[in-house]
Amino acid sequence: MVTLMAPDATAPTSDSSTDVRPGSDAGDTTTDLDTASVRDLNQALHDSVGAASWTVTKPGGKHSLAVGITADVDVTIEGHAGYYAAGMLQKGRVTINGNAGVGLAENIMSGTVHVRGDASQSAAATGHGGLVVIDGNAGARCGISMKGVDIVVGGNIGHMSAFMAQAGRLVVCGDAGDALGDSIYEARIYVRGSVASLGADCIEKPMRAEHLEELGALLAAAGRSEDPSDFRRYGSARNLYHFHVDNSTAY
Amino acid sequence: MTLTSLPQDDSVQVPAPDIAALGLRESATFDRATIADIQRAAATGVYDIRGWGAKRRVPHFDDLLFLGASMSRYPLEGYREKCDTDVVLGDRHASKPLHLQIPVTIAGMSFGALSANAKEALGRGASEVGTSTTTGDGGMTPEERGQSRHLVYQYLPSRYGMNPDDLRKADAIEIVLGQGAKPGGGGMLLGQKITERVAGMRTLPVGIDQRSASRHPDWTGPDDLEIKIGELREITDWKTPIYVKIGASRPYYDTALAVKAGADVVVVDGMQGGTAATQQVFIENVGIPTLAAIPQAVQALQELGVHRKVQLIVSGCIRTGADVAKAMALGADAVAIGTAALIALGDNDPRYAAEYAALGSAPGFYDDFQDGRDPAGITTQDPELASRLDPIAGGRRLANYLRVLTMEAQTIARACGKSHLHNLEPEDLVALTIEASAMARVPLAGTSWIPGAGQGTL
Repeated sequence: MVTLMAPDATAPTSDSSTDVRPGSDAGDTTTDLDTASVRDLNQALHDSVGAASWTVTKPGGKHSLAVGITADVDVTIEGHAGYYAAGMLQKGRVTINGNAGVGLAENIMSGTVHVRGDASQSAAATGHGGLVVIDGNAGARCGISMKGVDIVVGGNIGHMSAFMAQAGRLVVCGDAGDALGDSIYEARIYVRGSVASLGADCIEKPMRAEHLEELGALLAAAGRSEDPSDFRRYGSARNLYHFHVDNSTAY
Repeated sequence: MTLTSLPQDDSVQVPAPDIAALGLRESATFDRATIADIQRAAATGVYDIRGWGAKRRVPHFDDLLFLGASMSRYPLEGYREKCDTDVVLGDRHASKPLHLQIPVTIAGMSFGALSANAKEALGRGASEVGTSTTTGDGGMTPEERGQSRHLVYQYLPSRYGMNPDDLRKADAIEIVLGQGAKPGGGGMLLGQKITERVAGMRTLPVGIDQRSASRHPDWTGPDDLEIKIGELREITDWKTPIYVKIGASRPYYDTALAVKAGADVVVVDGMQGGTAATQQVFIENVGIPTLAAIPQAVQALQELGVHRKVQLIVSGCIRTGADVAKAMALGADAVAIGTAALIALGDNDPRYAAEYAALGSAPGFYDDFQDGRDPAGITTQDPELASRLDPIAGGRRLANYLRVLTMEAQTIARACGKSHLHNLEPEDLVALTIEASAMARVPLAGTSWIPGAGQGTL
């Protein structure tokens, strides 16, 4: 028999919320997370209307920074972010001058997220739209279940990236890990370096003019200078779209 | 016809043999359904996929009885003395908890698995009696939000149609780890039901056989879940209750971990709980019965000191007011119904007997929800079939059924002397079988014996 301990029941609020001021029309707001809480930051972001810019200092790897943004704001995080930074972004720009933890920009709908360092696993997971740029490397499952988001990674990506990727584009300027694009649907993957292995139903496809053009636009949007003709394209063989006796080993 | 069902041969019509007159002996091991399964597997080479829940007999609420009031306890007067039924869900951390008039909610079923009319009927029926409905794997439709006064938004591994605007429109969020029909399995929706609208909501090509992920894409394990719940709370500004739904397999540990991760409500779905499409081998062989799951979940809540503070919703084969009362006596705060709600809408109605026969089935047996050819117009995306279900009439039938469930539960509660359904307790119950006694942890009728009691029942 296991004896359980009473759970913590804490809705975090800081002692002092005076360090956060709702953004006015064009003002710049600074939130120091040494003194303000993540709750204060997010509530102020949710309450903000109109264009505003925010600077978040001393993020300290805290989770859920700048999540659920619906307004056209510019957020700069000066340091490292924990899990789910810029999660479910719907508008505006979030820049992280540091590294990002698990689930960066998960389920992003629109807007731009830019990480100047590395990102952990499940970056841009299930993203429906918008652009996620990672200057460094991304961990495993980058772009898992992506549903329309565009992702540009300057370095390498880990294993099982673009798993069950449904729509959108994943651009990798470095190398890709094992099982790239396993069970992929209609997303397109561009890789400049090597691919350790392809996942089930993912195949290399020819680079046609429209793909070079599309890739060029994505690289430009991410502020990168790589040559699109150095990349290879990968996508779905569409063999697993229907249950079929010949595919039984893939189930 | 899907590749997973056996093609029918209409060329030979032989009258059914008189088995008794011929003195034929059916094998208990290789019964006719088992033989048909083997024949189907040999013919198709793909496992059987079907809807509904486990069909095998397992210890269930039928194996429990209530002890009515007697010398030592007063009963309440039926109709005259109050027996309340309302329930508050999610007041642990959320600033806007749900307050439902009856403790019977509608379980998660997707638009896609069900027709738009069926979803609307569920919303109408539930709203009429003051309870909640739940979305499913495929997002929230405007019709559903419009017709449901209390709508629970499921947050699933696939994240099909997951939209932060819908998340904020929801009255509660249910993070789904699993369901009773298939703990450890992902969703399925076969191509017949992936119409343009369904495909658009899920960002999938039209007509493919969709197999959803079984694990969440951006968190793994209870420590991550705590962070994920934190993110959802931040996005909804700590207003919206957050449920965690688990398929019953290790409910003691899963409930404890869900509480520690910060859930407001834990939903435990037993193995008899239904599905729209899952491998038969999964439905029948994975998970534990609802009856066995409840005491384990309640024990975890009690040991953590949060029973009644973190609410417990139980689902998996709730059919009658007696089932509602028994689940609540064992410690549930509310129950959820799925299969029974579809039957109330008109599923398996004998008036479609000829059409069920044409599909190789019969009223009372139809479970090919994956095929999308439901004669009752419920588990289909075919416009002609779907139009057979009038959402207003269907909603009225569901409201009637929900009222009956509630009145039946009240009847039993009053007989046990309880002024609120929540006052029912395990001491009101006895078991008819040793198995049910051991699982439900109530004594075998006529004895004080609970098998396993005091020996560590986990």
